[in-house]
Amino acid sequence: MSCIQVKNLKKSFIDRRRAGRGGERASLGNEILVLDNINLEFAEGELVCILGPSGCGKSTLLRMVAGFDFPTTGEVLINDEPVTGSRSDSIFVFQHSGLLPWMTVWENVELGVRHIQDPEKTQTIQEYIAMVELDRFEHHYPHQLSGGMLRRAELARALAVNPNTLIMDEPFSGLDFLTHMKVREEVVNMHEFIQKTTLVVTHDIDDALIMGDRVIVMSGRPSQVKLDVKLPYGRPRDVLKTPELMALRDEIFFMLGVSYVV
Amino acid sequence: MGYKKTVLPFITLFFILLLWELVTRFSGWSRNVFPGSIAVLTSMGELIANGTLLKNTVASLFRVSIGFSLAVVLGVPLGIILGRVEIAKLLFNPLIQFLRPISPLAWIPLAMLWFGIGDPPAIFLIFLASFFPMVVSTSVAVESIKPTYFQVAANFNFTRIEVLTKIVIPAIIPQVITALRMTIAIAWLVVVAAEMIAVQSGLGYLILDARNALRMDYVMVAMIVIGIIGLLLDFIMRSLGNIESTAWGRLTK
Ligand SMILES: Nc1ncnc2c1ncn2[C@@H]1O[C@H](COP(=O)(O)OP(=O)(O)OP(=O)(O)O)[C@@H](O)[C@H]1O
Ligand SMILES: [Mg+2]
Repeated sequence: MSCIQVKNLKKSFIDRRRAGRGGERASLGNEILVLDNINLEFAEGELVCILGPSGCGKSTLLRMVAGFDFPTTGEVLINDEPVTGSRSDSIFVFQHSGLLPWMTVWENVELGVRHIQDPEKTQTIQEYIAMVELDRFEHHYPHQLSGGMLRRAELARALAVNPNTLIMDEPFSGLDFLTHMKVREEVVNMHEFIQKTTLVVTHDIDDALIMGDRVIVMSGRPSQVKLDVKLPYGRPRDVLKTPELMALRDEIFFMLGVSYVV
Repeated sequence: MGYKKTVLPFITLFFILLLWELVTRFSGWSRNVFPGSIAVLTSMGELIANGTLLKNTVASLFRVSIGFSLAVVLGVPLGIILGRVEIAKLLFNPLIQFLRPISPLAWIPLAMLWFGIGDPPAIFLIFLASFFPMVVSTSVAVESIKPTYFQVAANFNFTRIEVLTKIVIPAIIPQVITALRMTIAIAWLVVVAAEMIAVQSGLGYLILDARNALRMDYVMVAMIVIGIIGLLLDFIMRSLGNIESTAWGRLTK
């Protein structure tokens, strides 16, 4: 089963501006600590929303879970095995579109199932494209789609792989209000349907409260886990009519440095 | 809209030819020094009829196609290697950057010494003129591929071959097509110069030969044909960019 553990993870980057000066070798003084001692465990099938101020290292954390980058110290384990690189059982949905622009929607979705034999392959691709309501757009190129359609296409591509883990970096950013809600609904339905571990970074507190089985709030750099709560409420949920969620909402707003809520 | 695009340039052309004719008539210059448009067009008919123009145009095009194709066939793969393999870049980039600013025309003496007279030295010069721009543009294109695409490749377990065929090559095609367009223009400039020295045919040779015979009308005919062929080459390269799967390169960013 797909259980993800982040253990004593620290991540620092070398500050190139300072490291370059005078040609001195990179030493500890030139490193910026981004993630400071993160310990997290994600259960099989959990839908986890991660919040935090901009630049605190949310993308960096996701990238390490996906195997694109590695911790400076500490480790990330999936099913008790350290992550040594990117694998197609954890699919990453990129903050800025990760669709390959020279391939049609169909060809992009096909990437994840390209080794499967044909009758089944065609059917799978068709199914997932239909699931995100992009039938009739299979043969369009990404630049011919709107922002929301791009996200949905990337979602279809990720789902077609049938991964154990879905990692989404701000899947709703840059979308207009209605499209944001639609894509969010899509993600929730998709999770309800496949029940796979899903990590979602978002800037929107309401996203987290509406979607999450669990919400994690990270502090500013160097970043630590500031809040980690389970949300034992069914979906769809009405945040406004759930006093506990409203209280949590105020608390998170306060944590992120906004002291009054309009 | 459509007819305007095709008709308006010809109106300009007509007035230029008219103005040219009028200027030569009233300038008082000798016809031998500055022939008018009617005289030049007549000479053009003459050169078309006796086959001279076709023969020399074909000769020039032949050299350009061979030299340019060789440069593309060798330069694009080398550019990809330089863009992908750090060691290759460290080894070869300084040499390429050093050779690149040396005008192909500076190679004329060596080219003639090494390859003698005829097509080979001319082809060699065209190759030199096209090779460096192709290598450099290709490697720059490879280096500017968004890292996201390589992460997608890793995430979907691409093999090395797949990274090359599904990421690198399609990602650089728009920039390579632009490079082809610019490079064929350079190659076409160089062939005329090369043919003034090393060979006995081609449009460059036609100009030189006409000058020796003091036939400025023939010189102008050759110039006009060079211009027209240049336009055609550019048109051919540009239409490569109209393939649908490269459209993203024109529209994004
Ligand atoms: N490759 C890198 N080299 C140096 N510093 C980096 C690198 N990647 C990220 N950083 C730094 O790490 C910090 C965290 O970056 P990250 O992209 O993870 O933030 P984020 O929380 O996702 O922000 P946002 O919400 O704006 O997307 C930033 O300060 C950034 O400057
Ligand atoms: Mg981010």
